[in-house]
Amino acid sequence: MSSAPRQPAVALPLWQAGGTRMGFFTDSSVCIGCKACEVACKEWNGVPDLKPAWSGNSYDNTLRLGADSWRHVAFVERVRQDDAAGVRWLMSSDVCKHCTRAACLEVCPTGAIFRSEFGTVVVQDDVCNGCGYCVVACPFGVIERREDDGRAFKCTLCYDRLKVGEQPACAKACPTASIQFGPVEELREAARARLEQVRGQPGGEEARLYGADEGDGVGGFGAFFLLLDRPEVYGLPPRPEYRRRDVVTMWGAASVAAWLLVGGLAGALRWRR
Amino acid sequence: MAAVEGREEPAERPLVPRERPRSYYGLPIVRRPAWTWEVPLYFFTGGTAGALAAVSILARWSGQHRMGRTARRVALAGALVSPALLISDLGRPARFLNMLRVLRPTSPMSIGSWTLAGFGTALGMAEAADLAGFPVAVTGTMEGAAGILGPILANYTAVLLGDTANPTWRGGRHFLPFVFSGSSLSAAGGVLCLAGPGEGGAASRRMVVVGTALEQAAFLAMESQLGPLAEPYRTGTGGRLARAHRRASMAGALLVLGGGRSPLLQRLGGALAVGSSALLRQAVYRAGFQAADDPAYLVESQER
Repeated sequence: MSSAPRQPAVALPLWQAGGTRMGFFTDSSVCIGCKACEVACKEWNGVPDLKPAWSGNSYDNTLRLGADSWRHVAFVERVRQDDAAGVRWLMSSDVCKHCTRAACLEVCPTGAIFRSEFGTVVVQDDVCNGCGYCVVACPFGVIERREDDGRAFKCTLCYDRLKVGEQPACAKACPTASIQFGPVEELREAARARLEQVRGQPGGEEARLYGADEGDGVGGFGAFFLLLDRPEVYGLPPRPEYRRRDVVTMWGAASVAAWLLVGGLAGALRWRR
Repeated sequence: MAAVEGREEPAERPLVPRERPRSYYGLPIVRRPAWTWEVPLYFFTGGTAGALAAVSILARWSGQHRMGRTARRVALAGALVSPALLISDLGRPARFLNMLRVLRPTSPMSIGSWTLAGFGTALGMAEAADLAGFPVAVTGTMEGAAGILGPILANYTAVLLGDTANPTWRGGRHFLPFVFSGSSLSAAGGVLCLAGPGEGGAASRRMVVVGTALEQAAFLAMESQLGPLAEPYRTGTGGRLARAHRRASMAGALLVLGGGRSPLLQRLGGALAVGSSALLRQAVYRAGFQAADDPAYLVESQER
């Protein structure tokens, strides 16, 4: 899928510019674990290499997403419940979800993280001062502070490539179309159709879409997945959540607590003899 | 062939796992903080300074000027140390001014940065006005501004921790502000006990006792609300710090209560109250590491 995005005249928020939200549909049922996405991403974005080390976790030596790994192919080995001799091997290429309600963006105190005209979530590395709040806010543990650099890094959904009408490097490199790039609306339809197909096949009994629903805890992902097992099996949170409502109730609690503090003080002072 | 069972897998595992896998090789899902030691220390210095600024203006209103001035000066010291701690934690300290580049209401850190900036400015101006012999109204107004911002400064750090993906911080988000409020109140009382049993001795003792009661009650309520997510407050480093905090805090309150007229015991009680407040922030901070490192907390909390 290589529908090139239109190039908007001005970088207005998506809903104002009338632009199209672009994203990924990662169909793990056809992932062959070649890691071409990891390599292409590193090459294009100049992401520093990881210190080579054998993890012992199947073919996965990247382990998780982070400042220096913006695509990560998970290799899940599971002994089948129904057949002791067989092993089920699941592969899936993980990436920043580019959430509709993005915690990293909402908590960023400098405004370094912004919503692009493509609906993606991007860090401006000339603004980020490395406060590290996004690192603990992300429900997926995606964004990370690079130790030697001090700033936070994550997938940009190849913002530079999108601006010139190219597709992201990982999607272009994927040989099985497991990583599909396009308008999120179209991808969601394709994903639903694909889910029907996979469900009917052996091994697809537990297949599900992850992050394709706008009603989920982060308002849906811009980069969503078809998984063949439960999310936590792939190292993904089962029900990720970020709600502004929670921030409001927390400030409510903090206000009451602040008044208690003042009340306690006033009491302690005024009742002095 | 390795079955994916996480690290709690027993040495002798059945050929066919009975339990379904709950994680990806036991690897964490959310991240532990990238922050350094300065951050929990700041939670303490900022919180204590915030409560002391409120003491300063309330003491002025109730005519306890000597106590008010002591409180204001210690608060000012806290307001000077705090930004230094925060800046040195940044990955790019030279860009600290970017904190005031925007005001983002959805970011507790943004609100906190502006609060701290305003707080320090107001306290500095109050001190300058006092030293320069300006009319009392000027000093009082500046003190008042700092006194309003102070309690926010004592609490917003709890909102900051609650507004993360960390299961234990997030799970306690409606209780942490009360814990931090109580602890700041107790620390402010402790500072004044340490400063000497001069004017306001009884008031500072009451601050320690009331603050400790609030903090302990809120912490207990938080733990019961957290259920299994409270485990990081009971085991490992988080547990050790939480226990040390509880003991120091209770001992401090008992000493200032029962220390009678002994200045030494009052001071010791005050020191324990101040120290326990610093320990509390460390305990909460460290518990967050444990909660992030074991994916079981997150998965369980989201399946409940």
